[in-house]
Amino acid sequence: MTDKIGPLPFCPGCGHHVVTKALDKALVKLQLDPRKVVIVTDIGCIGLADRYFTTNAFHGLHGRSVTYACGLKLARPELTVIALKGDGGCGIGGTHVLNVARRNIGITLIVANNFNYGMTGGQHSVTTPSDGITSTTPWGNVEGPMDLCGTAIAAGAAWAARCTMFDKDLADVIAQAIAQPGFALLDVWELCTAYYAPRNKIKKKELDDLLERYGLRLGVLADTPRPEYSARYRAAYAAGRPVIQRRPTIEVQYGNSVERQTGIVIAGSAGQKIRSTATLFAQAALFSGLDATQKDDYPITVMTGHSLSELIFSRQRIDYTAIESPDYLLVISEDGLRSTRERIQRLPNTCTVYAEQSLDLPATKARVVRCPIAQAATETSRQATAVIAVAALLQDTGLFPLDALARAISTFQSAKIAEVNLKALQAGAALVSGQTGFREP
Amino acid sequence: MGREFLEGNEAIARGAMKARCDFFAGYPITPASSILHYMLELVPAIGGTAIQAEDEIASMGFCIAAAMAGRKAMTATSGPGMSLYSENVGLAQIGETPLVIVNVQRQGPATGSATKGAEGDIQFTRWVTSGGLPVIALSPATVGEAYELTYRAFNLAEQYRTPVFVLTSKEIGVTRESVDLDAIELPPLVERKRAADGEEYLPHRFGRPADVPAISDFGGVHIARYTTSTHDQAAYLTTKPAVIQEMIDHYTAKIDEAADDIALVKRDFQDGAETLVISYGITSRSAAVAVREARARGSRISALVLQTLWPVPAKAIVAALDGIRKIIVPEMNMGQYRLEIERLAPTGVAVIGVNKMNTSLISPAEILRAGGWL
Repeated sequence: MTDKIGPLPFCPGCGHHVVTKALDKALVKLQLDPRKVVIVTDIGCIGLADRYFTTNAFHGLHGRSVTYACGLKLARPELTVIALKGDGGCGIGGTHVLNVARRNIGITLIVANNFNYGMTGGQHSVTTPSDGITSTTPWGNVEGPMDLCGTAIAAGAAWAARCTMFDKDLADVIAQAIAQPGFALLDVWELCTAYYAPRNKIKKKELDDLLERYGLRLGVLADTPRPEYSARYRAAYAAGRPVIQRRPTIEVQYGNSVERQTGIVIAGSAGQKIRSTATLFAQAALFSGLDATQKDDYPITVMTGHSLSELIFSRQRIDYTAIESPDYLLVISEDGLRSTRERIQRLPNTCTVYAEQSLDLPATKARVVRCPIAQAATETSRQATAVIAVAALLQDTGLFPLDALARAISTFQSAKIAEVNLKALQAGAALVSGQTGFREP
Repeated sequence: MGREFLEGNEAIARGAMKARCDFFAGYPITPASSILHYMLELVPAIGGTAIQAEDEIASMGFCIAAAMAGRKAMTATSGPGMSLYSENVGLAQIGETPLVIVNVQRQGPATGSATKGAEGDIQFTRWVTSGGLPVIALSPATVGEAYELTYRAFNLAEQYRTPVFVLTSKEIGVTRESVDLDAIELPPLVERKRAADGEEYLPHRFGRPADVPAISDFGGVHIARYTTSTHDQAAYLTTKPAVIQEMIDHYTAKIDEAADDIALVKRDFQDGAETLVISYGITSRSAAVAVREARARGSRISALVLQTLWPVPAKAIVAALDGIRKIIVPEMNMGQYRLEIERLAPTGVAVIGVNKMNTSLISPAEILRAGGWL
């Protein structure tokens, strides 16, 4: 610590004097390079403590000191990071206490626990004992106190201890906490001499009575070391699958017959691989020298409801990505029909609808091609329904060769899935007796 | 290299990696989640850390601290998450923290429509936190620009020691298009100015307000201090009004006085045009179609696309107004940026908004109608 800043700013008799000086003693004992130590604080009286230390200091938002401490430790695991927090901060930032304990990020958290908010006028906190008098519980606290150590241990804290400001070995326990490789919580019970202690007539003996009342004990309450987060993170990454290599880029290998900007809507059900098939379709378009966009629409549910992809193919750069009136509409399920029914009714005669033959389409001016898509899918794979439909469309329209779609499938899908989808491609192409006439690139 | 068929969120992740981002923390939210997924794969490969935090507040806390420990940090969310980022954005401002914050906008307010697009967070970004200090925000219109502007956002964050926002939307983030990222020209990478060893380190410098001070990373050669409170140059809390005003003047000047350097706009001007379309984000693409269509009908019309939204690229906007009598401002919100244009437009110039917030894109036809061409 330094005395250049002046005396500590705490009230006479406040436990924060004791905790701050004990922390200093512990740091001196540990002989750490102050440039490699960070004291992290947040809001509350104890949050004034960091400036008195000659180490690095990080003073952040109320209740969030644990998040900054974790960020520092994750960024530079070699640092010794000590967060100081009040019981108030444990309320507003309770989730961070649970999660640092669960993750076992190697920081030390010291809670200066004086059962109320000393800085803002003595309001009750998550550790105020039942019946305790505070400015917001004038008739006695009807809430129960949170056992900080018990809560953190339940969340997985590797090391936790409870002390009071009267413990002679406080500095040693703090040093022990700091020396832990994983997360360590030290809950220090204190007197707030401005508010809680006088209002509730609490001194040393009454602190002990509180422990007894709640069946809590002092000392190290958990000491079950396990690997620290950063070490586990590096190990898991090293042992995991290799990073996905950069995906192959697409060179033009085929021709196309797309004379003008062409809009295609694929409407089906979630789980039918609508979106990933639309991506393959577009990649095939890129292989055929086209530009493409894909704009999807789907509800927030995952395996149920509709799934809709809007594709635009063009020889020119595509600006507007929505399709007012598609040139081709693929409807492959009831969900897909529900989400496009009104649109189908409005379609002009220049549009072609490729529909699963069992669907009951509304009246439309569009040309309708009915295909036994679902039947073909039962013979290959339901997951390949959309590929079957797209292959049928390609076979019928000759926008670009089926080979381009096959190329996209074998380039971008795993061998196992590609095998199924290449069969589906053949099955889809067989559904229509189209003719093709491609120009070579 | 060659073309790929990418969504904007992947382009953002790749732009971040191109800028050597080595720290990411985020919390899942539609439509930004895939940025988290990409970063979880890409960042550890270069020895960095990417983590899914317990909530958006922790995401920001992790990132701010990691950035002050020398990492190049990024986080990504959508509107609801931005609300939770708010207080920590203020911390990043007052602590002069280089940080990139991506907002993949969706239809709000509140939960709104999670899977639907909107651009409703424009003024929210400007006034995201208490105090009202200036922010930097870039807005891509394409997947390629998502890559480029994310990269540039890192440069601006490092150069000005401030959080920089990338304001994209569902309509770019999870829309795919053909793009060759390697064909995109990028400026040289900018790294923060670091305080030299042996020299006295002050985390902040207020002497010449627009100057950005050198930084010393936590765990580096100096003792570093950081504080959420009004502070002096040494990051010690102060209550002296004169010092506090110096601090505020510095935070204001370092961004406002650099507005012209931060300004990125795209111009498509036509001689003799009396109508100008000013747009940004996905809507600028509808505007491009509308402008082509209007010209095809024989009209003279200019277009200005803003890639920098904050600070307002005022000089570029005013320069575009020469001879203009009518400005059309299409936006997927109820007219947020139009306020800025109205502020800059001379008396007598009509500023017409084309506004829609029903989750569908503003169509070229809607812009043409506003211009009287349809």
